[in-house]
Amino acid sequence: MPVRPVSVGERIKRREDPRLIRGLASYTDDLKLHGGLHAAFVRSDYAAGKIDKIDTSRALARKGVVAVYTFDDLRGKVGRTPCVARPEPGRDAEHPLLADGFVRWVGQPIAVVIAEDRYVARDGALDVSVDISPLPAVVDLRRALEPSAPRVYADHKDNIALHIPRSNNPEVEKLFAEADGIVKLEIINQRVAPVSMEGRAVLASWDEGPQKLTLWTSTQVPHLVKQSVAQCLGLSEIRIRVIAPEVGGGCGAKIPVYAEECLLPWISKELRRPVKWSETRTENLMGTTHGRGHLHEIEGAYKKDGTLLALRGRVISDCGAYPSFFGASIATFTPLMMPGCYRVKAVDVEVVVVYTNTMATDAYRGAGRPEAAYTVERVLDEVAVATGLDAVEVRRRNFIPKSAFPFTTATGAIYDSGDYEASLAKALERFDYPAARAKQAKARAEGKLVGIGVATFTEICGLGPSTGASPIQRTGSWESGMVRVEPTGNVVITTGASPHGQGQETAFAQMAADAFGIDVNDVEVMHGDTDVVTHGVGTFGSRGLVVGGTAVHMALQKVTAKASRIAAHLLDAKPDQVTFDGESFRVAGSERKMTFRQVAEAAHLWNVPIPGEEPGLEAVARFEPTGTTFPFGAHFCEVEIDPDTGEVALTRYLAVDDAGKIVNPLLADGQRLGGIIQGLGQAMCEEVVYDESGQLLTATLMDYAMPKAHMFPRIELDSTCTPTHLNPLGAKGIGELGTIGSTPCIVSAVLDALRPRGVKSIDMPLKAERVWRALAEAKR
Amino acid sequence: MKISLNVNGKPQERDVEPRTLLVHFLREQLGLTGTHIGCETTICGACTVHLDGRAVKSCTLFAVQVDGRNVTTVEGLAADADHLHPVQTGFWEEHGLQCGYCTPGMIMTTSALLAENPNPSETEIRHAIEGNICRCTGYQQIVNAVQHAAKLGGKGAR
Repeated sequence: MPVRPVSVGERIKRREDPRLIRGLASYTDDLKLHGGLHAAFVRSDYAAGKIDKIDTSRALARKGVVAVYTFDDLRGKVGRTPCVARPEPGRDAEHPLLADGFVRWVGQPIAVVIAEDRYVARDGALDVSVDISPLPAVVDLRRALEPSAPRVYADHKDNIALHIPRSNNPEVEKLFAEADGIVKLEIINQRVAPVSMEGRAVLASWDEGPQKLTLWTSTQVPHLVKQSVAQCLGLSEIRIRVIAPEVGGGCGAKIPVYAEECLLPWISKELRRPVKWSETRTENLMGTTHGRGHLHEIEGAYKKDGTLLALRGRVISDCGAYPSFFGASIATFTPLMMPGCYRVKAVDVEVVVVYTNTMATDAYRGAGRPEAAYTVERVLDEVAVATGLDAVEVRRRNFIPKSAFPFTTATGAIYDSGDYEASLAKALERFDYPAARAKQAKARAEGKLVGIGVATFTEICGLGPSTGASPIQRTGSWESGMVRVEPTGNVVITTGASPHGQGQETAFAQMAADAFGIDVNDVEVMHGDTDVVTHGVGTFGSRGLVVGGTAVHMALQKVTAKASRIAAHLLDAKPDQVTFDGESFRVAGSERKMTFRQVAEAAHLWNVPIPGEEPGLEAVARFEPTGTTFPFGAHFCEVEIDPDTGEVALTRYLAVDDAGKIVNPLLADGQRLGGIIQGLGQAMCEEVVYDESGQLLTATLMDYAMPKAHMFPRIELDSTCTPTHLNPLGAKGIGELGTIGSTPCIVSAVLDALRPRGVKSIDMPLKAERVWRALAEAKR
Repeated sequence: MKISLNVNGKPQERDVEPRTLLVHFLREQLGLTGTHIGCETTICGACTVHLDGRAVKSCTLFAVQVDGRNVTTVEGLAADADHLHPVQTGFWEEHGLQCGYCTPGMIMTTSALLAENPNPSETEIRHAIEGNICRCTGYQQIVNAVQHAAKLGGKGAR
């Protein structure tokens, strides 16, 4: 008999929100320490050059400037910018915390000015004069691969950071020979900027007494920051406390541990005063990692019946000027996920990660998988055009059937579970696809450019096991969770995940509330403080709930088991006679019972010792995933294009997603809606633009186009539920799903609208000008 | 320069450099860190406050420009946790925020909207928040939040 309603599965409003909606939350820049100093960086105006001279004298003479540092001050005292996915020797590149003689991208830090006041620090940065002899820069990916191209690193033999050659799989060539046709595409997945609304911010405070550094930083991975900074500065990690306070978004760009995060602690230790730095939006756009930046040359072999037999080609990925934290490994996920949700028999794709004189790239919501999904969806649309089949029918004919799971793809990914037919069927019904096509035909007859887009997709979430991470990546794939029960029965949870908007303070509290029969508000979820939280990994790759939540679940189970043994002893019963009914531990076949809170008190009073047990009630668990989950979905949309201006109006968008079991549908909807718009942002307007000389042209939000509210209709959501067997929650991960589905979906619709006018291909972003030009060129 | 103004109903007299931006004045001199800085170019709206009841972006106003005027920040909307402004309630109920960084600006913009137009259409709401960027929510739950607030009689105490 269930005593109280369960909260898992309910739309429970967030416990994070009261502080946020009243402006009472503390982000890094909100923190103020006594005697605190401010840092401002002098950054390179050139994409490539040799530093001839740095003159800091005027800055040092300015009232309020405390110190100025250049690489000469750091030489031999600190390590290089942290990286856990290092290219091989000869292709790897040292990236110093401040430029060491050469600059390699616009925005690279050259010097840092420390002052009593934020404004004075910036004045001081303007006082520093840097003489640079410009060198030829390389920005274009194909150009960077030419033997005559300027090299980003003069001592390297070429600009390649990582190369995974084609396997020359004979099966692929055989399938191409058997094919009825081949579609050939060149696809640009443009470079975008993550643009978390809070930029990066760092506050470092070295405490000389206890010899301890406290580092507040806006990060997704406080534990990895601790390890990385320790290594870079040659400090023991037990002398470092990293705190991720309120973090205003990350989108992947706050996974890397940056030069600034290493430099400020070193300066604080030198000056024995706290030092703070908050990046400007321009610094954010030029000096925080970018995402995507892929060029795909891809061929798909197909049969007349629409079957996609095989894929072959090349993925060229822009590394930027140095290997960022995970940066060089991101593109390795692209070929892995190239089969999407289809029974492609063989895939042979080369990966080339290329240095250019631009900001480094790294994870961005999806990280290597959206690039794969976008490409395979474009291929399927072309197969539909070539065979004259409907785009939906082509997808359906290639689906991995429900009965085939767990399914090993042609690229070796093991898909845990899936029912692609079910999500597609639901989407077709909700969208009323036949009616939408009929409406489109009518609109076309009236001369309107109306298109319908479809994307069916899967992705890889909550990566694991640790042994199976990308070949060059050096981090574990597990996560930690700790549950501590207070004598009252109130509960503290700590998680190694580091939520920054995902809502796990609520989701994990729901899990504890259900486990112990207590109120959600009697659970405190703590994260983002390495002195408080058991060692952990962090939040990225849609792992917060799937991996972090499972660790919490395991710790809850351990506590429940111990509480059950304590209750059994106190109730004079055998442990196997005691069950927990959601509120009380009961002895089978009797009226004897104890509430969870009574057990918690007894565990701490210990006036009745329990044989074989230690006092107290707490547990730590770590979840190491045995495999990776693959959520999926089917998205449909409708666009209308103004033929005179090329402006794309999104008139309808429907997403049917399957992320397995959902802990809090309100939070899940939020992740999906946000993800969809982020993916549409890339498709419709976002683009980082460098000119040929490597100058950044999109260095403010006046130039970098972000998606805004008026651009979108109300997104319709529906879902199916196919749980995973890989974790006890049955959850598959949801953070990146929307982003992965929405980008190909709208491009599919726009091309569907434009094809009758002779447009065969178009690249993102689908800005009015680009669409107008495509129409104009097709007319000619 | 000396300036005197009302912030969240309290008179303040301060000495500021002429170049001090209003947002830095609020955050660093008055400790009102609920007003955030997102772009420094009047695009993102994270720094939105009310100036004599109208929503303005405090990252491109000098503190000296608001001498003698009334400024309300997000901290001034609700007296305490039990007396939230309807827009704050709306954001909480409808999951109108994730990371929370754009939220104070969104709340200030939409509370000013509801003060002028107590029952806006979805299009009007989306138009009103064009100058506020949110990277997390995709805006839909923000629209829901404003509609929720409108149903509560969105003007609130202030």
